[in-house]
Amino acid sequence: MTQREILQQSPQALIEKYPFLSAFFEGQHWMSKLNPEQSLADLFALIDDEHAEDHAFDVQEFISQLMDFIAEMKAFIGNETFQVHQLSILPGTNKSGEPEGFEKLVFEPRTITSIVGPTGSGKSRLLADIEWVAQGDTQTQRRILINEELPDNAWRFSGNRKLVAQLSQNMNFVMDLTVTEFLALHAKSRMVTDSGDLIMRIISAANELAGEKFSPDTAITALSGGQSRALMIADTALLSQSPVVLIDEIENAGIDRKKALEILTGEDKIVLMATHDPLLALMADQRIVIKNGGIHRIIKTSAEERTLLSELEKADLKQQQMRTALRSGAVLQRDMYL
Amino acid sequence: MNLVTISGPPSSGKTAVILKAAENLKKRGLKVGAVKFDCLHTDDDLAYEKAGIPVKKGLSGSLCPDHYFVSNIEAVAAWGMEEGFDLLVSESAGLCNRCSPYIKEIKAVCVIDNLSGINTPRKIGPMLRMADIVVITKGDIVSQAEREVFAAGVYAVNPGAVIMHVNGLTGQGAYELSTLLFDERTKLDTLKGKKLRFSMPSALCSYCLGETRIGESYQMGNVRKMDIKNN
Repeated sequence: MTQREILQQSPQALIEKYPFLSAFFEGQHWMSKLNPEQSLADLFALIDDEHAEDHAFDVQEFISQLMDFIAEMKAFIGNETFQVHQLSILPGTNKSGEPEGFEKLVFEPRTITSIVGPTGSGKSRLLADIEWVAQGDTQTQRRILINEELPDNAWRFSGNRKLVAQLSQNMNFVMDLTVTEFLALHAKSRMVTDSGDLIMRIISAANELAGEKFSPDTAITALSGGQSRALMIADTALLSQSPVVLIDEIENAGIDRKKALEILTGEDKIVLMATHDPLLALMADQRIVIKNGGIHRIIKTSAEERTLLSELEKADLKQQQMRTALRSGAVLQRDMYL
Repeated sequence: MNLVTISGPPSSGKTAVILKAAENLKKRGLKVGAVKFDCLHTDDDLAYEKAGIPVKKGLSGSLCPDHYFVSNIEAVAAWGMEEGFDLLVSESAGLCNRCSPYIKEIKAVCVIDNLSGINTPRKIGPMLRMADIVVITKGDIVSQAEREVFAAGVYAVNPGAVIMHVNGLTGQGAYELSTLLFDERTKLDTLKGKKLRFSMPSALCSYCLGETRIGESYQMGNVRKMDIKNN
């Protein structure tokens, strides 16, 4: 639409044509007492200098923001460019300036990559390079490709489209809402209409992960640590826009970690996980060893490691059963868990 | 010299973000200076000094801090040029959510934090709406969902801005921000004649001039009444 055509439309007609505009118009307090069925041109005519100044309103600025918003949202919705089928890293250098020893590191949806290395070795820089879609313009000189091509700049600059979603141990819910209200708000910000079914799916997925179930009416701030983590994981898997999920350790307490990873990969996410927990690290398809600021090695999880993993999983299962038993007040007996 | 104006609500993390970004610029051999505008009190100048960044401090006291900013920024910019800075960062707190101390053709950054509440982007006026770059802080302590909801709120208010997440404690995102703050091709000679992006609110009533008594007969000048009946 040209500027002239837009001016002939009323806010209401615009929202009907582009439902995503409701969020935009909600923020326009200058028109809160005006009739949204009138055309924008007519509404502008009603505004005198005092009204404009009170609401810090400027016609030209408003029109250009409205047109930006429409153009950008149209570009995003249903646009194949923003489907990520593959993410790859072309090598840069480590802190000493030596080239990294790999040709191309590839991440695909539904796969898990663990990242290991001591604190300060450059794990955060690697993740930041991915998030910033580095193009040889960071310290490491790495380059990120999306779908084997140079990525669209929108990945870097748009507030509405971020490549990486993050889950870390010290995150908390801070909003004063129930689980259902909270998920509805998240769905709305993602322009998901008719979110009822999706919300129920997220809650039931979260309840499968958490040791203790919670109801849809629980306040999110009243959830236990394990429940919060479970809800964050289920919500990130099913409702986050970002194709890459970065996990900074998942604590052992009160959450089924294997299932958590299954939910994420099941939703076509590329999962990156910074961890030194053998149970998690070996669940990955590959692991990256970081040393001196560079990617030192890329290791495919070996058959032997997979055997080790299944032993670890048995031990982990035992622990979980004991935890459940303790919670219900049982007395533990050796032969129950052999 | 480049000049960047950075504003944002109190305690949103402006100073921490600037210090982390400046660290990256200094590594590139660039000379960074700062000026901090505040109302009654600030210790942020000490934080800049500790980081080895030359700083000037301006306290507006009983004056409107944004008016104070406009009246002083030209002289501060001249100081920055004399000192030979590559980048001068002007930091000011947004206090009444109505003003934006942003200047046309001068890069403007707004810093707000994830903890400030979901409706905050809508409440902050031109300071957020007219910024070129919006930096969202404190993302490390809230959930991914809350970060997305908050960023969507910012986006709806200012779709044209670059929206970035920066962690003022760890510096995550600060390098990336720093690349946007300094541009070799930009050269500022003087601020004289440049214009604010938006007018400051009109004022000048008897209370602006020191009146303290309450009552209709003491109110003169630009006074406005609430409509209590039809409110």
